[in-house]
Amino acid sequence: MQPFTVHTGIAATLPRVNVDTDQIIPKQFLKRIERTGFGKHLFHDWRYLPDGTPDPAFELNAPNMLGATILVAGPNFGCGSSREHAPWALGDYGFRVVIAPSFADIFYNNCCQNGLLPVRLEDSAVRKLFAMAERGVALELTVDLRINRVTGPEGFRADFDMDPYRRHMLLEGLDEIGQTLRQELRIAAYERRMEALGRLV
Amino acid sequence: MSEPRTLFRKIWDPHVVHAMPGGPALLYIDLHLVHEVTSPQAFEGLRLAGRRVRRPERTLATVDHNVPTGDRNLPIADPIAAQQVRTLTGNARAFGLPLFDLDSPDQGIVHVIGPELGATQPGMTIVCGDSHTSTHGAFGALAFGIGTSEVEHVLATQCLVQQRPRTMEVRFEGALPFGVTAKDMILALIGRIGTDGASGHVLEYRGSAVRELSMEGRMTICNMSIEAGARAGLIAPDDTTFEYLEGRPRAPKGVEWDAAVERWRALATDPGATFDRTITIDVSSLAPQVTWGTNPGMVADITGRVPVPSSGDSADARGALERALDYMGLEPGESLQGLKIDRVFVGSCTNARLEDLRAAASVIRGRKVAKGVRAMVVPGSQRVKSAAEAEGLDEVFLSAGFEWRNSGCSMCLGMNDDVLGSGERCASTSNRNFEGRQGKGGRTHLMSPVMAAAAAIEGRLVDVRQLVAAGDRQGERTTVSAGR
Repeated sequence: MQPFTVHTGIAATLPRVNVDTDQIIPKQFLKRIERTGFGKHLFHDWRYLPDGTPDPAFELNAPNMLGATILVAGPNFGCGSSREHAPWALGDYGFRVVIAPSFADIFYNNCCQNGLLPVRLEDSAVRKLFAMAERGVALELTVDLRINRVTGPEGFRADFDMDPYRRHMLLEGLDEIGQTLRQELRIAAYERRMEALGRLV
Repeated sequence: MSEPRTLFRKIWDPHVVHAMPGGPALLYIDLHLVHEVTSPQAFEGLRLAGRRVRRPERTLATVDHNVPTGDRNLPIADPIAAQQVRTLTGNARAFGLPLFDLDSPDQGIVHVIGPELGATQPGMTIVCGDSHTSTHGAFGALAFGIGTSEVEHVLATQCLVQQRPRTMEVRFEGALPFGVTAKDMILALIGRIGTDGASGHVLEYRGSAVRELSMEGRMTICNMSIEAGARAGLIAPDDTTFEYLEGRPRAPKGVEWDAAVERWRALATDPGATFDRTITIDVSSLAPQVTWGTNPGMVADITGRVPVPSSGDSADARGALERALDYMGLEPGESLQGLKIDRVFVGSCTNARLEDLRAAASVIRGRKVAKGVRAMVVPGSQRVKSAAEAEGLDEVFLSAGFEWRNSGCSMCLGMNDDVLGSGERCASTSNRNFEGRQGKGGRTHLMSPVMAAAAAIEGRLVDVRQLVAAGDRQGERTTVSAGR
């Protein structure tokens, strides 16, 4: 996994609540057997008009949001289906960070597995970002995982929490499966213990 | 004496292989369910790293999400879907996993076949690359959805790294009124706490109304735990659970069965154990529930009305309400009863087990699907389908004008050809009413099987209690008992 330490980029704002993974990547694009190539389908049903051209009314299609690498959205982002195609699509589109007041549990885990940093910021901080974007401020943000801090224009500064394990895995870009395989002796001992109890049949 | 423990802790604690200092636990996984849509990249990952599947016999694979539900003798028309199904077949063979493919009499929706094969058992940890894995919690198993990277992790190690979730007690007390089912209980809960109301928590459903439910009804409730944002849902096993499991193909037999039941009886929350949160719902005053919006928390009594956006308590809430009403083609304050529908879907891992089909059939028997309505039944598994046919339910549906299909996820998520057209309104027994979920521009109203059946007959959203009461006056016999 690509390590995440610090990232500076343009933030796109999507001031909607409960954005579900069916919107992030609709089901008709889940049939691929690769992890790549989902970016062009990101937010497909919101992003494109029926004739396939970009819908100018959709937030991410605004000219000043093109090339964004940070997404700022409302609470409960990523709810619904467990499809990891959602973070794959966000990553493939170019996002490195998603900022929201809260995330659905499975989506949050899936982001961490792919080096896409999910940042939980206070609701008031997210609203400040929405308000700045609304006023036309170019929203260049710096997200620093080493000090758990987001900074931006007009003196914007907000700190966030992340559990130390996830943070460590992201900072180092570690392969979680590789880490668990190093626990082989413990896993094998567990299985022997359970088999002796008749719990593993 | 040891500290009183919740059911959740009684499952979690003995599955911890290693507690990382100050961090998450390495949790052992007893059963891993695999389907075609969220697994190909995981198997590819194993191949690239030269890794094997650690415990193939603790893994069970089936095809359900994108499979056609029409004639099984025809090849899959969609070449990309066909490739995904072929890929799972190839991976199952290469890695030595048991597979229930399209030709198997045991094929079906992964959350329907796990329980019906007796693979789902109390006290287990169960995962699957699917959010509705919470279904299996009905057996007192800790079951939750994971992403594809975690699927790969479990294939390679039979373990997962997990933070211990918090716990929330949901007490359903009282007796369910006529026409009100397990589906209405869970929709009412989500309506009260919202789609993120249980984020970070494992729910334990308790109370007299839960004890009275059949396993099918309990599965319906646990299934939709994820729609409240929960990590999992749990119900303590009891005699209802053991009666359901006994004699199933993968259930323990003989002395092993007796030992297992004795062990499973201990899987109940101890008196005095505490939960992080508690909510109580009196089911005796519940009405049949119908969703009106674009997430499962946007729900009301069938006798109720669509909300007025200005009633929202924040700008965000008002915006979300307006957006939902616009998408759903509804007027603020409109009455739910009488809303004209185009399609009816009886299916999904939420409500496509034998009891659900019996309940829907009890409303339909002797009646006809309204003109202009296209209605379909998609049984949850091929076993459910044959059992239903053995008691003549297929005839009831077919003669009323329903389509009778082969099993799969079908129009719950519309990955196959079973989709809504833009603007079509559907009475659905599934679990999600998100924008575009059943087809781009499609409008989904979630409800119980008996309510969907009633909608099919009338061609509009109706209160099943009135339809059935009217039928009873004409001397027809109907039972409305899904999930009881």
